[in-house]
Amino acid sequence: MINAAALKSTDTEGRKLTEPSNDVQAEPGSVGVVKTQYFEFDQPLALASGQSLDAYTLAVQTYGTLNATKTNAVLMCHALNASHHVAGVSADDPNEIGWWDNMVGPGKPVDTNKFFVIGVNNLGSCFGSTGPASIRPETGEPWGAAFPVITVEDWVMAQARLADRLGIERFAAVMGGSLGGMQALSWSITCPERLANCVVIASTPRLSAQNIGFNEVARRAIITDPEFHGGNYYAQGVVPKRGLSVARMIGHITYLSDDDMAEKFGRAQRAPALDGAWRYGFDVEFEVESYLRYQGEKFSKYFDANTYLLITRALDYFDPSRSTDGDLTQALASVQASFLLVSFATDWRFPPARSREIVKALLNNATPVTYAEIDAPHGHDAFLLDDSRYHAVVRQYFKRIAKAVLDE
Amino acid sequence: MSDNNVRRDFEQIGRWVGQGNRVLDLGCGDGSLLGYLHDTKGTQGVGVEISDERVISCVERGVNVIQQNLDEGLAMFGDQQFNTVVLSQTLQAVHQTEHVLKEMVRVGLNGVVSFPNFGYWPHGWSILRGRMPVTGQMPYAWYDTPNIHLCTLKDFEDLCGKLGLRILERVTFSPHCEVKWFAGWRATLALYRFTNQNNQHNQTNTTGGVR
Repeated sequence: MINAAALKSTDTEGRKLTEPSNDVQAEPGSVGVVKTQYFEFDQPLALASGQSLDAYTLAVQTYGTLNATKTNAVLMCHALNASHHVAGVSADDPNEIGWWDNMVGPGKPVDTNKFFVIGVNNLGSCFGSTGPASIRPETGEPWGAAFPVITVEDWVMAQARLADRLGIERFAAVMGGSLGGMQALSWSITCPERLANCVVIASTPRLSAQNIGFNEVARRAIITDPEFHGGNYYAQGVVPKRGLSVARMIGHITYLSDDDMAEKFGRAQRAPALDGAWRYGFDVEFEVESYLRYQGEKFSKYFDANTYLLITRALDYFDPSRSTDGDLTQALASVQASFLLVSFATDWRFPPARSREIVKALLNNATPVTYAEIDAPHGHDAFLLDDSRYHAVVRQYFKRIAKAVLDE
Repeated sequence: MSDNNVRRDFEQIGRWVGQGNRVLDLGCGDGSLLGYLHDTKGTQGVGVEISDERVISCVERGVNVIQQNLDEGLAMFGDQQFNTVVLSQTLQAVHQTEHVLKEMVRVGLNGVVSFPNFGYWPHGWSILRGRMPVTGQMPYAWYDTPNIHLCTLKDFEDLCGKLGLRILERVTFSPHCEVKWFAGWRATLALYRFTNQNNQHNQTNTTGGVR
């Protein structure tokens, strides 16, 4: 058995791993205090755009233990604003919990007592992997606007190289929600022999015009911010935080259901004048405004605007049926993995009908597929939340994988 | 339904399904029929089920299941994707009965339906005494039953005629054994295998995959 810690030897020189500090405590069922490893790649990566990245770094976390035959690895693909920190508590900050901590851990639906789970920060992101804010070796300056446009397929190729580095020929499962689900789906098409199972949660085979429309509004907000400076704002010592904040606000609305917002905020006033009167102005009047502004501002302090542009574009471009004249069945014809898909009834960003398109295509190909449509109230965000039915489906599916892959 | 009839139901459906066939089970419950068919006939099964709890049971059992309301149709399934489409003990609870039966022979080469026979003679006796029948086969009070479309053998056969479904085989059981005479009165459980009127190549069991 290879322990995750043994992989430390492949870490980047010069980057010191953060050692767990004694004052950070993990909850029971958590993978505990986690640390990030950095993998350097110096073989050029040819990108869909025709450009290439000569060298790049991937920030990675792993949980659990890779078995001797290397058959128990699960790759977790992240969505728009998440990272390689999937589970556990950050060593630096006890308040930083992995984005899918309720899903991944000892005894959790994706059980790290059985599986070796890998979280990887995607290229173009801003949490440790090479992205627009990274220093470009040729210039000694941040990439900024020069960073190439990246696609979902590019991410998969980079992730596949990470798998090669770890000696994993075939994943027990590749899993993701939303944009992460697109990566899982793309894995099943581009590297069909390299995954036994594909788990696609709250995702879609392609964005709708409405989805692209929302992305475009977000991008225009960023690009038209005077502090964007054509994407080279790093040199100016500023960030287009107003644009990024608006982008986040509009994104956030699409993650929640109408009912959810009604219940959370309704028409509650933030700080009404005497006797509940309106304030007759354009400052925050309603609770929902205050909430969205807060979320936007918080986001603009830690997320990179160029990364937001890149990732929304990767979402727009994803469409595996583009090469088969819109025929998704044909696009999925080479798939070898078994599938689990889950959608959520109130998700209007990627509604159940989008997941059903994938299910239909898989059924047409006689590909083994299980599909759960969860009647959860929380819109697109439901895929990140703790719902007992949803988690039971994933738990039972991974028990099935464990049985098949690990010969239990 | 009594355990005896569950066993008979499974065994009879098993006899009608070919080795390694693709089988779709509508209203598949906890997946036990598909599990049984997989174990005995090596079938590749897919179930359709609406209940969260039963979907989870299917996944636990290793049965592939699609969570959907049957009454919303089988739009997710393409034409002639399965050898056999099964509607086991579910017909009487379906709202869009005609639509579902037609869809069965669209997505499958043949359909199999099993249902409790409302014409079973003690039911008539119960009605003569002024009461809705409550029996081992239909153990529900009238106000608390999922069974909204109960029928007799003749009723079902008439509907098949109306929908252009050709009945290939019929098997009927009493609580104790298979019945052949006066089945309309004596049977508690009926199973039918049928196909589309226009479907020429399916007189007998198909073996091997459709595709």
